[in-house]
Amino acid sequence: MQAKPVLLKIIDILSVIMLAMATYFALIKAPTELVMGNVQRIFYFHIGTAWTALLGFLFASVLSIVYLFNKDLKWDRYQVAAIEVSLVFFLITIMLGSIWARPAWNTWWTWDPRLTTAAITELVYLAYFMLRQGIDDPDRRARFGAVYALIGGISAPITFYAIRLFRTIHPVVIAGGNPKAQGGFDMTPDMLTAMFVALGAFTVIFIDLYWNRIRLGDLEDQVERLKLKITM
Amino acid sequence: MTVKSSELAQVKTNQRSRLRRQTSGNFFKAVSAVVWKDLQAELRTLELFSAMLVFSLLIIIIFNFALELDLKIRQSVTSGVLWATFAFAGTLGLNRSMAIEKDRGCLDGLLLAPVDRSAIYFGKLISNLTFMLIVEAIVLVVYSLLYNINLFQPGLLLVILLGSLGYAGVGTLLAAMSVQTRTRDILLPILLFPIIIPVLLAAVKASSGFLDGAQFSDVLLPLDILVVYDLIFISVAFMFFENIVEE
Repeated sequence: MQAKPVLLKIIDILSVIMLAMATYFALIKAPTELVMGNVQRIFYFHIGTAWTALLGFLFASVLSIVYLFNKDLKWDRYQVAAIEVSLVFFLITIMLGSIWARPAWNTWWTWDPRLTTAAITELVYLAYFMLRQGIDDPDRRARFGAVYALIGGISAPITFYAIRLFRTIHPVVIAGGNPKAQGGFDMTPDMLTAMFVALGAFTVIFIDLYWNRIRLGDLEDQVERLKLKITM
Repeated sequence: MTVKSSELAQVKTNQRSRLRRQTSGNFFKAVSAVVWKDLQAELRTLELFSAMLVFSLLIIIIFNFALELDLKIRQSVTSGVLWATFAFAGTLGLNRSMAIEKDRGCLDGLLLAPVDRSAIYFGKLISNLTFMLIVEAIVLVVYSLLYNINLFQPGLLLVILLGSLGYAGVGTLLAAMSVQTRTRDILLPILLFPIIIPVLLAAVKASSGFLDGAQFSDVLLPLDILVVYDLIFISVAFMFFENIVEE
């Protein structure tokens, strides 16, 4: 096994520091929001995890195409890692949103396009892992996984549009103007800083987890090969 | 010399276009052969068709009591009940139509045929769509009779055609995947339903629009979504079907 690269060690430490900083900014530095009070502080982590998870899913769709064209299993391991980390981050996004929605919208859940699309996206990628679990041959597993991740990635925006045929109450804090939105607010400079610190922190944490997960994938691959050698 | 080379080029283009015509002729022949084979096999046994039909009638009966479909409720949920029925019955058909190929080793035979792999996809898509449409037509008749409502409106039939096309388009690809896994019987709905949600939503919206007697322009948006979905996913499936069936 290769030793852990120095850069990865640095990112490991950096992500812990960044998380602490983001927590400080979100909980202490940022001012309390006038209407919603302290519960609004969830917003910073909500945005941070949502942003990285969505980028991760997008990246995984790109990796699908790369894999399907050059059939190198390395890209498949990159894709699994991206989807796995994004899946966890997106679950955190949904849970944080739900905790915020309880006081702000007076309900844990509502069938709003964003929420529903998020839940369906989560289900698509859970199905992705169930699909992979049912296949033993690594090449076939990678091919099926890549095609399914691609289809899932394409369907998510269409799902969003289709649900918009129904209605929305989700606030759009950045560049939004839905008069029916509930729980929106204008950000002060301190709030903006806190948001960007959280975005930066979760991006670093994502990269850190992603890299570690790729290394784990490589090890899994080695174990699988060694097992094959023993049986042969 | 120049005349010769231009003549040569002419001959080459002629050859190439003849070759292309031949292969495109082959393509349609291959597609229709797959469709014909499926229809003929189905006509002899009626396994798939009868299972889908009985299953969908049972679903309507269940909905009738689960939702207590009296006149007032029916007005708002008819399209939802219809599409839920089509979706569930559809999975049954897709699973079976691919499982038959896999179980009896027919898929390998199909793959050995010297035709483009996408011809197999389109053949399967058309036969799956045909089964779905036949079952849907009967369900519409039965629903119309049971609840004294005329469902045979051109708008609704268009929605059903577009919705079923999208459903069968993605479903055929995903069924080809799921039959090759260990957990195949339970996997298809789990793979298919999260992807198919836009079709179901748009179809329900458009169907209830037509049933409420809305203008064509009012249901244009859901219809657009259906058309876009059909185009995108059938082209994606067309591009990547080869990756699903290759050994």
